[in-house]
Amino acid sequence: MIARAEPGVHLGRRSGLGILRATGPAGIGSAIVISAATFLAIFGRLLAPHDPNLGQLAYAYVGPLGGHPLGFDGQGRDVLSRLLAGAGTSMLGPLAVVVISIAVGTLLAVSAAWRRGAYDAVVSSGLDVLFAFPGILLAILAATVFGAGLLAAVLALSVAYTPYVARVLRGAALRERAQQYVAALEVQGASAISICLRHLIPNMLPLIVAQATILFGYAMVDLAAISFLGLGVQPPNADWGVMISENQSGVVQGYPLPALVAGICIVLVVVAFNVLGERLYEQAQPERV
Amino acid sequence: MSTASAANASTSAGPAGRHASGRALLEVRDLVVELPVEGSLRPVLHGLSLSIQPGEALGLVGESGSGKSMTARAIDRLLPPGARVRGTIRFDGRDVMGMEGPELRRFRTEVAMIFQDPRAHTNPVRRIGDFMTEALRTNEGVPLREAEHRAIQLLESVGIEDGPRRLRQYPHELSGGLLQRVMIATALLTRPRLLLADEPTTALDVTTQAEVMAILDELRREMGLAMLFITHDLELAAAVCDRTAVMYAGRVMEVRVSSLLHDDPLHPYTAALAAARPRIDATLPRLAAIPGRPLSAFEAPADACAFASRCPYVQEECGRRQPELVELDGGLTRCRRAVELRGTLGARRA
Amino acid sequence: MTEPVLEVADLRKTYGDLLAVDGVSFSVWPGGSLAIVGESGSGKTTVAKMIVGLERPTAGTIRACGRDRSSPARSTGERRRRGREVQIVFQDPYTSLDPRQTVERALDEVLRLHHGWDREQRRRRVLELGELVGLDARQIRALPRSLSGGQRQRVAIARALAAEPKVLILDESVASLDVSIQAQVLNLLADIRDETDISYVVISHDLAVVRQLTEETVVMWHGRIVERGPTPRVLDRPGHDYTKRLRASVPRPGWKPKRRNTAVSGARGE
Repeated sequence: MIARAEPGVHLGRRSGLGILRATGPAGIGSAIVISAATFLAIFGRLLAPHDPNLGQLAYAYVGPLGGHPLGFDGQGRDVLSRLLAGAGTSMLGPLAVVVISIAVGTLLAVSAAWRRGAYDAVVSSGLDVLFAFPGILLAILAATVFGAGLLAAVLALSVAYTPYVARVLRGAALRERAQQYVAALEVQGASAISICLRHLIPNMLPLIVAQATILFGYAMVDLAAISFLGLGVQPPNADWGVMISENQSGVVQGYPLPALVAGICIVLVVVAFNVLGERLYEQAQPERV
Repeated sequence: MSTASAANASTSAGPAGRHASGRALLEVRDLVVELPVEGSLRPVLHGLSLSIQPGEALGLVGESGSGKSMTARAIDRLLPPGARVRGTIRFDGRDVMGMEGPELRRFRTEVAMIFQDPRAHTNPVRRIGDFMTEALRTNEGVPLREAEHRAIQLLESVGIEDGPRRLRQYPHELSGGLLQRVMIATALLTRPRLLLADEPTTALDVTTQAEVMAILDELRREMGLAMLFITHDLELAAAVCDRTAVMYAGRVMEVRVSSLLHDDPLHPYTAALAAARPRIDATLPRLAAIPGRPLSAFEAPADACAFASRCPYVQEECGRRQPELVELDGGLTRCRRAVELRGTLGARRA
Repeated sequence: MTEPVLEVADLRKTYGDLLAVDGVSFSVWPGGSLAIVGESGSGKTTVAKMIVGLERPTAGTIRACGRDRSSPARSTGERRRRGREVQIVFQDPYTSLDPRQTVERALDEVLRLHHGWDREQRRRRVLELGELVGLDARQIRALPRSLSGGQRQRVAIARALAAEPKVLILDESVASLDVSIQAQVLNLLADIRDETDISYVVISHDLAVVRQLTEETVVMWHGRIVERGPTPRVLDRPGHDYTKRLRASVPRPGWKPKRRNTAVSGARGE
């Protein structure tokens, strides 16, 4: 039977593994990096060979020693242990941002696409206004209201990312809404909520997953930047962004290793998420007839 | 050249058929096209042969998957990358498949193409005038003013009076029927000798279709233009073409003078196609549906008649050998029972 | 005298300044079949959308099975009841099914919506519906992507019939099918009407299809009904100029296309 090009977003017809295979070696490599980072995020604290918060000032900016393969930071703490312990907050923050902005963004996109008309116009222009605020600005605002910390940073970025998510998904939702099977179900008397939950959103899922993946990378960079500015995760808690911030002086003093390894971890994970996200996004694009 | 092809036709009773007397403008012989699908090559044409005389209109009729659109694309060298092509295509005696560079460009000005969806073949941000005169200006170096003058003249001949204003408009400002007329005028601007028309009226309303077909027919006769007219509509092809070729699963099943196609078809598939259509002048108690579904070229058996599984006249032998395209009663047919069935397949048999 | 199963009176629809449907009235009788003929922009599809509630009429009334449906349904129950009165089959077999849903699940979803049946009853009905439209058990379990255009259109018909409607609107439902498949589906539609007391509203630009499927015809042009009558009369002896032109434009043996010789003006006007 000839495979016909069908409109709509139809990645979901393949198995998860099949989709991953189709993203090519770069996609698979990225997935491996992401899996490793996720593993460390969950078990990193347990794997840390030393207490990540125990500082021995005598060892400040001392290079790799036996039992301390990455050496010590400016306060004499074991860099490897801080890296492993910091994986948790470094990954949890972006995860929270992604979950909130995808959930709210999907809700707004689908409801706007469903009701169209005035409601859609209000939602779309409201999102356009939000678009104008950069995430960092919102983070500063949130920090002054809620006090600096991970929660404020996560809320600020979630608000900043939601319009982005909603705009991309609204297009997909409109496309799916225009499919004749949706009209057929409306004529059958099915409710809007059941059509959206059982048909619209599942058909948009590949695009939603791709969006979430790309967003995760952005959120990680932005959260690291916010922590670097001192508005996010607060020292002495271990976090990759905080580690770069804490060890700035080391960079100036000619000992960049602690800041560098934290930076490499961020770059690796962010690039992996972006590459995988882009590949998934390409695959989620509607096939052209 | 002409003697060679005539001799060839008479020995093999090839598709040049009765028209082998003069040199064909277009001669397609044993064309095999395979397209890459998911890593493997899939056939879309199995040894297709046809010829068009100068000034002649040949209809090419078939259902989806028959390969009719691929035929036009292969002739115009517009196949997707990775396609594998065998066989020969000769235009005015020249080998089309070997053409490159300037020769291919010149060939493309002599062979114009119009499509089903004119909107997909125009650039939405470019004005009609730009689009129409591009080929003239870039390929033939005609100055803009003269190119526009010629465009306006041609627009007039396709029934668009206010040419100067139309040239300033964008594609979205024109209705489908109007845009298709612009496409026809554009195709004719380079004074081609052959027009490949791929379902040019399928997306149009019936009354607009009649209008566009009339324009096409009139201009074609005036300019002595040959045409390959691709359609799924047997009646439409028969009405506007001198001869009609019926395709099924990547092969030509029948070629017939259009006026005889309906009343005296040579192939059971042609007859079945005509009988399956509801009629405008009578309500039938039941339509003569063809059982099963149309086979795509890649599903067609190599050593059996592709239509055998749906044919009311099928015999055991039909499933064992691929029938040849042979000459009969002035047409060509690919049916081993053609001689036996001649004269009995027409619409007036019942 | 029986009541019409569908009654449309003085229906009107405007989009801003554009008058899409203007004063359209017709009735469909139980077991009857009415054609709405016209070209793109004639308003015929807008009429269909208003009948099934996908568009809201600007003015006029629509009654099906004796109940008014001119304004949106107020409750879930009413919406579903309307679904059991009038159903529709659209033109495009490629977007008319959810690509993630097997035929079985698509039919089951509709059955669950309308009938308080248990799983076993629904399963049996799914097979019956499949049989009615000529799909075998393997095709019933298939996803849309492995079905051909004709098979998908059969699924769409089965899904509409699952609600056991009194009126079925066929909006260009066979227009995109290959000739040989179109004939199969037209025969199927005739059989279904013979076996049930369903009524058809056939929306089409194809006069031969209209002749085959309907007894009554209304011809729409620029949002208005310009001619109505028994289908054979309208097609054989058209009264209105537009119907005559439509009739003369249909390719047939011996037909030659003629130029109307009218100057074209207006940006989108034709």
